[in-house]
Amino acid sequence: MKFVIKRLLQLIPILFAITFLSFAMMRIAGSDVVEQKMLNTGQVVSEAQLNAAKAQLGLDKPFLVQYGIWLTKLLHGDMGESYVSGKNVFDTFIEKLPATLFLTVVSIFLTVIISIPLGVVAAINQNKFLDYFIRFFSFLGNSMPNFFVSLLLMYVLGIKLKLFPIISKDASLSTVAMPAITLAIAMSAKYLRQVRATVLDELSKDYIIGAKARGVRFSATLWFSVMRASLVTIITLLALSIGSLLGGTAIVESIFMWDGVGKLAVDAINMRDYPIIQAYVMWMAIIYISVNLVTDLSYRLLDPRIRLEER
Amino acid sequence: MGRNVNRNIKIRIIVFTILALMLVLSAIFADKLCPFDPYQQDLNLAYSAPGLSHIMGTDAYGRDMFSRVIMGSRASILSTLALVGIIAGIGTLIGTICGYFGGLIDSIMMRISDLCLAFPGLVFALAVAAILGGGILNAVLALAVISWPKYSRVARSSTLSIKGTDFVQAAQVTGGSSVYIIFKHIIPNIAGPILVTAMLDIGTMMMELAGLSFLGLGAQPPIAEWGSMMSNGRSMLQTYPWVVLSPGIAIFISVVVFNLLGDTIRDYIDPKMVD
Repeated sequence: MKFVIKRLLQLIPILFAITFLSFAMMRIAGSDVVEQKMLNTGQVVSEAQLNAAKAQLGLDKPFLVQYGIWLTKLLHGDMGESYVSGKNVFDTFIEKLPATLFLTVVSIFLTVIISIPLGVVAAINQNKFLDYFIRFFSFLGNSMPNFFVSLLLMYVLGIKLKLFPIISKDASLSTVAMPAITLAIAMSAKYLRQVRATVLDELSKDYIIGAKARGVRFSATLWFSVMRASLVTIITLLALSIGSLLGGTAIVESIFMWDGVGKLAVDAINMRDYPIIQAYVMWMAIIYISVNLVTDLSYRLLDPRIRLEER
Repeated sequence: MGRNVNRNIKIRIIVFTILALMLVLSAIFADKLCPFDPYQQDLNLAYSAPGLSHIMGTDAYGRDMFSRVIMGSRASILSTLALVGIIAGIGTLIGTICGYFGGLIDSIMMRISDLCLAFPGLVFALAVAAILGGGILNAVLALAVISWPKYSRVARSSTLSIKGTDFVQAAQVTGGSSVYIIFKHIIPNIAGPILVTAMLDIGTMMMELAGLSFLGLGAQPPIAEWGSMMSNGRSMLQTYPWVVLSPGIAIFISVVVFNLLGDTIRDYIDPKMVD
């Protein structure tokens, strides 16, 4: 319990730093925010109108005061309005989040069912044909940028074989397939190697020989001991992949017109819609940190040694 | 057996270095190698299929794809190498200083690098690139801002492990200045892990840089760059696939070559990791 509280307290400065950075970045970028906003409406503006608009947005106050005001609003769930649509940023963001979560969950699921069996098979067949074969594909998957994979899948599965719709109008299993496969290919390529390394490491331990000597079936050792011991590594990997996944969804979502926060962010960047970009950066960082926290805590449940070390 | 494996690795290093050098040289001498002017438009030739005169076909403006792919290697390969060079240099310097002096600088720099690592990489790069606006230089900067901590971590922990060794202490006792010790004794001795990290980073960075360009945050048209060429051509994927596939295959091949080189150098420098 003490550990949990300590970890939560450590989060406070990080959260402050994240909000401050997102605020500062957008202030630097948005020094011409007011002009931009007025230009978006397509009218000619005078100096006086500009200053009035700046005062209205509180842009004439000192930087730290502006941050304070912004942070107070933020804590009340008010992230301002989009420059382009005029809608509430927080609502827009929450509205798009489920689609991204759906995509993320499906691609993590695919990654797990691809990388764990392949990693284990490669480890058992170390330095045999199957091992080289699996590692070869992992290498290929690692060397392809996800936008290239997206376009290849689109060309082969969408255009040539017509298996899946090319553009997703709504979130369903058939529309999520291609974006999720794209994300899963890159992640599985990376993680099956690490699953392989972990399993190999585990297989070289003495208790495996012990179990063999006692006549325990290899499959039983593999499933009950080796897999359990490898679980910590696998969970760490999945947690680490959240970070690259969150960034990766931006590109993949905008290619497949998947209506999630990634596409929202890319569209916002192209239209210089700073409040949306700000919300995106901040929420992604917060989600990332929360996932890391949960991972840290879950180690302690899975591996009693970690609990003992802290005493 | 051991010597045999070692010889094998050496041969692989030579082969992959030659391949990587060929890529770099073709990027440097791109303007001499292009069979056509990569920026010369000829609408009569728009979307010609790959054939004898245009081996990769032509794009929407009738520009020769092969020449554009060669020209694009400049933006893609040379900027990636510059990016990795910058972050490896700055990261190493910061990490070494932190590890060597410790104290306040160490705490401050390490908290900053924690913060950089707290942001999911590409998300942060997107934001920075969005602030700076398009342009290949800005994309390089955006990735540099978030990627240096990787190197400072490696450099810091390696510095810590050799700081207490006899030869460093001897240098201190004989009156060597800190700058001298850092550059003469510490950096040469931690170069191995840094080199491995950098070599393995080239492929990833190349893909991220191309990704930013793909989103319109890197190289701006009409500059030939692989990511933006793919992005511009993607609506024509169905009818004129070569417009997308040629730059895609170019990225793929370059990343493969640099990854192979990186893997081999890692095997050579750090034999523990060979499996």
